[in-house]
Amino acid sequence: MIRDITIGQYYPAESRIHRLDPRVKIVCTLLFLVSLFIQNSLLGYVIATIFLGAVIHLSKVPLKYIVKGLKPIVILLLFTVVMNLFLTQGGETLVHFWIFTITENGLRTSVFMAVRLMYLVAGSSIMTFTTSPNGLTDGLEKLLHPLNKINIPVHEVAMMMSIALRFIPILLEETDKIMKAQMARGADFESGNIIQRAKAMIPILVPLFVSAFRRANDLAMAMEARCYHGGEGRTKMKPLKYKTRDWTAYIVTVVYMVLIFVVGRFVDFKLWIF
Amino acid sequence: MSITLEHVNYVYSPGTAYEKQALKDVSLEIPQGQFVGIIGHTGSGKSTLIQHLNGLTKATSGKILYEGKNIYDEGYDMRGLRSQVGLVFQYPEHQLFEVDVLSDVCFGPKNQGLSQEECEDRAKEALELVGFPEKYYKQSPFELSGGQKRRVAIAGVLAMRPKVLVLDEPTAGLDPKGRDEILDQVERLHKETGMTVILVSHSMEDVARYVERIIVMNRGEKMLDGTPGEVFRHYKELEKVGLAAPQVTYVMHDLKERGFDLSPDATTIEEAADEIMRSYQ
Repeated sequence: MIRDITIGQYYPAESRIHRLDPRVKIVCTLLFLVSLFIQNSLLGYVIATIFLGAVIHLSKVPLKYIVKGLKPIVILLLFTVVMNLFLTQGGETLVHFWIFTITENGLRTSVFMAVRLMYLVAGSSIMTFTTSPNGLTDGLEKLLHPLNKINIPVHEVAMMMSIALRFIPILLEETDKIMKAQMARGADFESGNIIQRAKAMIPILVPLFVSAFRRANDLAMAMEARCYHGGEGRTKMKPLKYKTRDWTAYIVTVVYMVLIFVVGRFVDFKLWIF
Repeated sequence: MSITLEHVNYVYSPGTAYEKQALKDVSLEIPQGQFVGIIGHTGSGKSTLIQHLNGLTKATSGKILYEGKNIYDEGYDMRGLRSQVGLVFQYPEHQLFEVDVLSDVCFGPKNQGLSQEECEDRAKEALELVGFPEKYYKQSPFELSGGQKRRVAIAGVLAMRPKVLVLDEPTAGLDPKGRDEILDQVERLHKETGMTVILVSHSMEDVARYVERIIVMNRGEKMLDGTPGEVFRHYKELEKVGLAAPQVTYVMHDLKERGFDLSPDATTIEEAADEIMRSYQ
């Protein structure tokens, strides 16, 4: 049951996108997210779709996975669409009944907003699907390294993040195990009112906290036993190094950014109201 | 009065990149009162298999019958089944949560809907069965030693008075003394109460001394099934899948190969000694 959560999960595969340096993926994802906001035209979205589609295809992550990742935002999506649809005014009125009015601008904004939101999530989930959590924190650490100069403990923050990420599957598994163990002792998590159900969580939460502290303690001990003393002077076994393919990815993304900027601003292409 | 598995298959995370078939067409029958050992390497599917026995994990396909009734039938009393087939997980001490030992052991009976008094009676009975000293009943379970914690956790399952007791690696992480104590206690339980005991382990040596039947799991399939003597006769195949027969099996087979007239089926040191003595007479 708990295993089925896909958001932010790594999808192991051999693909060009997987092989890219994590820094490239972080920067390009950010650029892609920015690109969704610097334009608002049909042609711009067509280009973004082609770009995103190509990346998804190259990443070998099944489309099904990415669509599944959109599930958590369905409610937000519906909310935005409905709000924009009825509250945005301007342009010709398309439909009017009782107190509701749908205008050209309203339809336009709501459709574009929906696409924008979906691409935001799809774009960032492509990054997490193709980069292992450790890769991501490594990349972030390296990218944010300059912040050390203004006394931000970048390494420590990155280490905390990777530990936190590392512990998510462990704690999920632990929860699953404890739940099963208590179910084997006749515990019932499904029936009863909200208070009874909250009470039924105690036999899971207490052992879970105990085990989280135990694991944290063990890990701290293991790190100290290996002389961990923070980021200073620490070298990597696999230092991140840009290769040709990484530069190619940067160039492709920059070309995409320029294209979407120019097209979004200067090419006038309209289809009906979009 | 038995557990029957018919062509049980189980697939983890079907349809994803992590898909894995954990059980492949497993069929077996465990009659009431038997002391069975399930042996297999890490990842051989033994833990998955036992989670099927009380319905915690639902088979992808296949049937499981408990006392002749299909547990996947609609309206089947799953919680009833769970109190009949008591499952003690690996490192069971990790599920303790109450403020004192006695209330923790009471958790199971309480879920069965018994009165406070009955719960405590059963808890005391169960704690006695596992040989837990009475003076610690009111202590926090988190302050006990590893071996004592495990006893409390096992008692927590026994307090439900199951007819079948399934133990997943009950000796993992214990020292040799703690291991022998726990296993001896389990054997006594089996003899005194006549309950079915299913002992999961990856150590042949542990299991051979106690059980009357061994089921060997390998890569999700049932590889061997028989008395310890029968199973250990296949010691060469066992080695190939990363398991080993008890040392004494090797000694007996070596002796036989060198021309001694004896049966190599002894599984414990005592049996082997008797057999060697017999062949001398």
